[in-house]
This record gives sequence, C-alpha cells and structure tokens, in this order.
Amino acid sequence: MRRTTLIAMGAIVALAGTAGAQDDADALKVGMITTLSGGGAGLGQDTRDGFMLAVEQADRDDLEIVIEDDQRKPDVAVQISDRMIQQEEVDILTGIVWSNLAMAVVPGALARDKFYLSTNAAPAQLAGRGCDPNYFSVSYQNDNLHEAAGAYASQEGYENTFIMAPNYPAGQDSLTGFKRLYEGDLAGEVFTQLGQTDYAAEIAQIRASDADSVFFFLPGGMGISFLKQYADSGLDLPVVGPAFSFDQGILQAVGAAALGVRNTSQWSKDIDNQANRDFVESFEAEYGRLPSLYAAQGFDTANLLISAMDAASIDDPDAFREALRAADFDSVRGDFSFASNQHPIQDIYVREVIEEDGVFTNKIVATALEDHANAYVDECEM
Amino acid sequence: MALLIEQVLNGVQSGVMLFLMAAGLTLIFGVMGLINLAHGSLYMVGAFAAAAVASATGSFLLALVAALAAAAAAGALVEVLVIRRLYARDHLDQVLATFALILIFSEGVRWIFGSFPLFLDIPAALSGPVMLGPITYSKYRLALIGIGLVVALGLFWLTQRTRIGVQIRAGEADREMIAALGVDIGRLYTFVFALGAALAGLAGALVGAIQSVQVGMGEPVLILAFVVIVIGGIGSIKGALVGALLVGLTDTLGGVALPAALSLVMDLSAAQATGAALAQVGIYVLMAAILFWRPRGLYGHG
Amino acid sequence: MAERWINAGLLAGLGLVALWAWAAGAPFTVTLATKVAILALAAAGLNLALGIGGLVSLGHAVFFGIGGYAMGVLASHAQAYDPIFTRPFVFEGTKSMPFIWLAAIAVGALAAWVIGRISLRTSGVYFIMITLAFGQMFYYLAISWPAYGGEDGLSIYVRNGFPGLDTLDPIQFFGICFAILLIVLWCMARIAASPFGLALNAARQAPTRVMASGIDPDRLRLWAFVVSGAVTGLAGALYADLNRFVSPTMFSWQVSGELIVLIILGGVGRLCGPVAGAALFVVLEQWLGGLSEYWQVFLGLLLLAVVLAGRGGIVGLLARVPSRG
Repeated sequence: MRRTTLIAMGAIVALAGTAGAQDDADALKVGMITTLSGGGAGLGQDTRDGFMLAVEQADRDDLEIVIEDDQRKPDVAVQISDRMIQQEEVDILTGIVWSNLAMAVVPGALARDKFYLSTNAAPAQLAGRGCDPNYFSVSYQNDNLHEAAGAYASQEGYENTFIMAPNYPAGQDSLTGFKRLYEGDLAGEVFTQLGQTDYAAEIAQIRASDADSVFFFLPGGMGISFLKQYADSGLDLPVVGPAFSFDQGILQAVGAAALGVRNTSQWSKDIDNQANRDFVESFEAEYGRLPSLYAAQGFDTANLLISAMDAASIDDPDAFREALRAADFDSVRGDFSFASNQHPIQDIYVREVIEEDGVFTNKIVATALEDHANAYVDECEM
Repeated sequence: MALLIEQVLNGVQSGVMLFLMAAGLTLIFGVMGLINLAHGSLYMVGAFAAAAVASATGSFLLALVAALAAAAAAGALVEVLVIRRLYARDHLDQVLATFALILIFSEGVRWIFGSFPLFLDIPAALSGPVMLGPITYSKYRLALIGIGLVVALGLFWLTQRTRIGVQIRAGEADREMIAALGVDIGRLYTFVFALGAALAGLAGALVGAIQSVQVGMGEPVLILAFVVIVIGGIGSIKGALVGALLVGLTDTLGGVALPAALSLVMDLSAAQATGAALAQVGIYVLMAAILFWRPRGLYGHG
Repeated sequence: MAERWINAGLLAGLGLVALWAWAAGAPFTVTLATKVAILALAAAGLNLALGIGGLVSLGHAVFFGIGGYAMGVLASHAQAYDPIFTRPFVFEGTKSMPFIWLAAIAVGALAAWVIGRISLRTSGVYFIMITLAFGQMFYYLAISWPAYGGEDGLSIYVRNGFPGLDTLDPIQFFGICFAILLIVLWCMARIAASPFGLALNAARQAPTRVMASGIDPDRLRLWAFVVSGAVTGLAGALYADLNRFVSPTMFSWQVSGELIVLIILGGVGRLCGPVAGAALFVVLEQWLGGLSEYWQVFLGLLLLAVVLAGRGGIVGLLARVPSRG
C-alpha cells in the first residue's frame, strides 16, 4: 500500500486543486482534534492543556486555535477534519492522540496541503515511504520508546526477556521495535487481547518460563491491570516498558505496584533545563496537577509552531516549512532537532517510578539512547 | 502440569467473577422479563465507590460495603425512576432506555471522578502469593474464588429456601398469581433489581482491586455476562454458574493453548498473533455451538 | 397530518438543506447531510428486521462494518495494483462504486444469512444478546487480524469513482447517497406492502396464525434479516467512502446501539423514521457536542425521555397516530 501512497496523493491534489480554499491572511488558524470525552479522554485533555499553556504564554493575537473532541472514534475525527479544512479553513492540524485516528485523518489533510504537527501518534506508515513535507512529528516515532527499552535491556545485561503486547498494529510494532535493538534471547513472546483486563494466564506463563526480565507494552487501563496483578503474583523479575503505562495521569492508579519499574521516555519532569523547569512550574500553577508526557508534547508542539511563526508566514508554505524544520525553540526535552523524515532526533531516557511527597512519579536513572532518530529515515525520500 | 492447574484456577477465578455479574442479569430477566444493558454501569459504580472509600478510609472491608451499598442504591433508584416504567414495554424500549442509562452513568461518573483511572489496591492481608503444593498462586485470587462460591451458595439458598425466594420463583412462573397472593410486586421487583445491582457492584469492587478502575470498565464484562446467560439459559442461576465457568475456562485456556498449538506449524510471532485473534472469538464460537444444539441454553426452560 | 406528506417533506427537506448548504458555500453541512442520508440508509435496513419483523438486532454493526470492509478491501487492493487472489482465477480489486456496492450487498447478505441461521433459532431476549455477541466477535476479529490494518483500519486516499460523476465533490457524492436512499426507501415501501411484508408483519403480531396458514415464520424472518443485512452493508460501503477510511469501530456495539436509537427517535416501523432519526441524531451530536464535553449525559437523558414519554418517535409525533396496533 505504501508504494502507491505518493502517487495516489498526487492524484487527489490534482483533483482537489480546483477547490483550494483561500485563507484569511491575518491570523494563523490551528485545528486541534483530540480526545476529550469517553475512554482515554485524560490523554487528550493533557495534550490540549499543554498546548494551550504555550499558546497563552506566547500571547499572540495572530494565532487562533479551534479545539474539537474526536471521542476516540476515527470516523468522527475524519468528519471534524473535513469541517476544519472545508469550512473553518484551518492552516494546520494537530492534537490526535491515537495512531489509528491519525491514519484516518492525516493522509487526507496532507493531500489538501495542510500542515500536520503530531503531538503524539507517529505511526511507521508516515515515517518511511509515506513521509510528507508537511508532516512533522514533534513527539517521537512510535517505535522509539520500544527501541529504547530493547537497548536498555541489553545494556543491563538481560539475556532472556519475556515480551508481550496487545494484538493490534501498535502492539505488533512495539515488539518489533523492542527486538530491533535488543541483543539477548526471548523467553517468550505473547500477544494479549486488546482491552484485556486479566493477565493471570500471561503471568503464569512468565513464571513457567526461565525469563530473567519482562518487557511489556500495555497502554491505558491494560497496563494498570497488569502491573497490579504482577506485583501481587510474587514474581520479582525486573520489568521494563515504554512510558505510557507510567505516565503522571495513570501512575496514581497503579500505586505502589509500579515502584521501581523502569520505563523509557523522551521526557521526564526532572530533565534539567530552564525550559522544562518553567514548564513544570507553570503547568502546575495553571492546572493544579503535575504535567504528563502528553502535556509536555503538546507544549513543545505549540512552541515549535510559534517559533516558526516568528520566522515565516504561513502564506509562504515553503518558508514556513523551513522554519518548522529548523526547530528553533526551547524544547522541554533539551536538545531537539528533526531527522530528514521530520521526526525528532533526541535522547531517550530510562526512568524509575518513585514515591515523592506521597505522589507517585518518575526519576531519570539512565540514558538509553542518545541523539536517536528512527529506523525509517532511509525509506523516506524527501 | 503445574502450569495447567494454575491456568485452570485462573479460568475458574474469572468464571466466578463473571457469575456475580451474570447472576444479577439472569435474575432480573427471569423475574421481571427485563433486559438490562446498564448492568455493566452498576459494576462500574461499585468499583468507583470502593476506590473512593478505600482512598478515604484505607479499609478494604469498608470499601466493599460501600460498593454493595452504592450499587444497590443506584440500582434501586434507577428501578424506581426508570426501569419500573419498562416492565410492560417490549424489549426494544428496554434496550434503548438502558442504553441511554449507560451514556448517563459513564459520562456522569467521568464528570464526577475525572478522566483518569482511580486507585484501588488489594488488602494487605490478601496480597502476595501462597503455595498450593507445587504451584504458587495469588492469595487474593483464591479469595475471589471463595467469595464467588459463597455468593453462589447464598443465592441458591435465597431462591430455594427462603420466603422471598418462593416469591421470586413464583414471579418467574406467573406474575398475576403472586399479585393475587398479596405480595407487593413493586417492592419485590425493586428488591430483586437492587440485589442484582449489589452483586454487580461487588464484582466491580473485587475485580477493581486487581484491574483498572476506569469509566467504561463495565461494558466488556456486560457482554461476556450476556454470553454466559445465553449459554446457561436465561433465568437460571445454575445455568449462570455453569456458563460463567465455561466462559472463564474457554477464555483463559484458549488464549494459552491456541498460540501454543499454532506455533507447531508457524513461526512464533505469527502463531502468537493468529492464535490470539482466534482465542478472542473462542467464547463466541462456544456460544454459537451450544445454541445450535440447545437454542434455550443449557438450563433454559420453555 | 398524513404520513406520506411527512415523508415527502422530510426527504425534500434533507435534499434542500444539502443544496442550500452547497449554494451557500458550507461544504461541511453537505457532508453532514450525506452522513444523515447514509445513517438513514443503514437504519432503514435495520428497520425492516426490527420494525416490521420485530427482530431486535443489537448486532447490525456487523453488516455496517462488513460493507465498509468490502469497500476497504476492494479499494485498497486496487489502489496498490495488487490482486486479492490469483488462484483459481485472478480477482482484482476495484475503485468503481457500483462494483463495490454489489460486493457490499453480497457480503452483507451472506453474513446476515449465516448469523440469521444461528440467531433465529432463538427469539426475544436471546436474539438480542446473540446478535450483540456476534457483533463483538467481528469487532475483535477485525482488530486483531493482522491483514487489512487491524485496529489502524484502512485509508483510501481517493474516494471511489462513479461513472460520469466527480465523487470528491461533496454535493455530487451527496446526490449519489441521496438517490440510493430514495431507491431503497421506495423498495422498502414496496416490500412492506407486498405479500411478504404483510406476512412478516403478521408473523410479528400473531405468529401462530401465520403458521396456521402454512407459512413458516422463521423463513420469513430469515429473508427479512438477509435483506436487512444487505441494505445495512450497502450503507457501510457508502459510509466508508464518505470518510475514505474503514476501521473496526464500525463493528463496535455502540454503532449497533446507535442504529436502534435512530429508529426509535424517528419512529419504529415507519418508512421515513430512520431519516428523521438520523437527522435529529446528527444535529444533536453537533449541537450538544459543542455545548459540553459531557454531552452524552444529555443525549442519554433525551433518549430516556423519548422512550418513557413518546412512542412513535418524530414521525409518530407529527402524524399523531399510534405507531402500531
């Protein structure tokens, strides 16, 4: 399918050419599509709050944000994007949390010459042959945190890891990503059901295997369930996973069961730079809670956008694209630049879950990968 | 072998928790002829009430009491305000009204508690594993099996040996009859609905301690509970118990056995993916097979 | 007011809203009108089984999703120039709407036949639960089966073509969907008035009497279910084309629930009930969704009010006659 993406997109651009919308020259209009109701709404709210914090801090009158709730439904997301593009004539789309929603919205938006800045989801389809000059991922490439977990497992000398993820595309990509930089053997490889809540069977399999460590990718409530049940099972093999199950919003629900677990993330609230300290402080002051990974990604995305607005006008898309590519903003992650397929080059850290003033949170304990890009750079012809 | 025994225990444990859900559903249908899609919401209410009380008081026992009370109260309230008007209606209206209740409960709970999952932990006395001969097993899960079986026995006793049980069974058989005998049907129905709700709330709280307490947690369990009572026969508590155990065992063992079997003929990753996909539909195939053979389920009558 | 005038008014209204929006340069409103037409079509399919046949199917999302995937599979293979299979003969994908519609109707009917054969062995509440369970089975299969995108779904980059029309133009695509809706509603009216429709209606109200006259009510119900599945499958293919995207969420049980909601809002068993219901639902979704993040609470309350207070839905309210005897 990827082979023909560009050809097909060219075809739409040609067909849609007659219907090209004229923008208001004065204000840059951003359409944010994110999940604000139903399951997973917390992630969308954090994305929005992080993004809007940066927008408010910049206090510009030439920037207008339209926010819509996608209910985590791909068809709703597509319809909102249609409205934003056709009727509200936005210049830039952003905010989608989930890869399946991104795959529903992004190709169509790009085909209609809109910019898309990803605050989270960054599927492989948009990083390799399907990369696009108007698509920027400000978060990561989906495989990154899994690759970092694999690299870290090797650094720690784990030789027989038991790996598991839900049986859906992101889960399959996760295990592939882990194996990419992991050098040891696998004690087992298990696909669980999406939305599964009971992991007794998998924990029994881990116990019966001669694994020396466990890697898992179980986003949302699945990870909470697994960690609680794992802690209760009496198994004490070291556990590694990507940040999603250990994020600020979710960690309080896991509680002590997560203490000591190592997780990989490109951001942590204790990254030591001025931009990050200011961000954490102002986010807490504004919203009364600690920021999450999603909030940090939203914040960085908005700041990237604002930095490009300082350098170029959206009315000159080529110049604006160059300004985005320069990534000339103070990322809360410290050093940040774009690889040639417009996904981040950044450090990925290993964090440990700790308890601090009665709140569960993360502390950086190691760096898994330095200046890491992604595996799809060479496939992207741009 | 030890692994197999452990997996069977896991299947039984998920089965008895399903039974708590299914028993309420099947009672409500058996007595009042009502299909209640919002039963999963009562499960969620129980879990949220337990999580809120546990974090305020630190006591798991109080949390369980709160879960029972909150779910029973929510059930009784809903029965009096809404459900009561639906008994005489057809199933279509019942489906729609209880679908509407799901929307109200789910988003209402999110309104009150926010979008992030809540914390509810296993009580200290039951945390950690215990040795059962050659196998290591979670104390809490053993306790769940125990509680589930005690509740099942209690329900059998209630329906077979008590006055209210006689009324319930009479209600299933002939509604006009018990009215003629001077039983207050309105009170009986509210009681049965609240009892079913309390069982769902109890299941929500018990399971919530080892899972994620979040909005929408009830609906997947609700659908499994439907499969259970369709297999067991609607209205039959015994059917619900047998059906729940069958579904629990099929789900647990299928998820382990199918990928293992497939890995004999294909490589590990592909076998895992295909096996997991097939295991996911295992219980529905089981249901279809049983229905083909017995359209009214294993213990259904009529 | 006579129901036929209400029906004519509803359909004309839908067409006029789309034309007005197109003329006024509000393409998204045209898209919304298209969504109304497609959802009405899906619900019209369900209405045959549910309204006339009395089969409360809580699994019609299966047919909606399967129609969507018929479009997704055919178009994705065509877009990749990759035949679906080559043995025993070469079977190519297609991006032509008429072929895709035929395929969607065929697979919808086939799925309905298989599910109907099993589910119709039961009735009443068993039927509701079994159809729901079949829906979940398809949902999980679609998510976890690695081919065709799994949970990510399938993106189709260009809307499929129809000879002589530019389907990417919102108003032309609306025209296609609206025309299909009219044709299907006309067929539904004919079916309802045909001996088959009358017998099906009688089988709902007095099955023993129908049996006594030598007709097998289960056969009638199975045929109604098959036609119903085929129509909902066709709607699924159009919905996938509207979004240029299919995903397993089309199979989710919430979709099944929403289809029932559409019918009840509009009026059970009424020819244009689905149109009125779909229009109201889409307006509510847009309007309430803009008011509050927790809009579904209000949607729920409204639905409750409709069920508890009003029978017969909007069309019944307008006609002020009881919907069924």
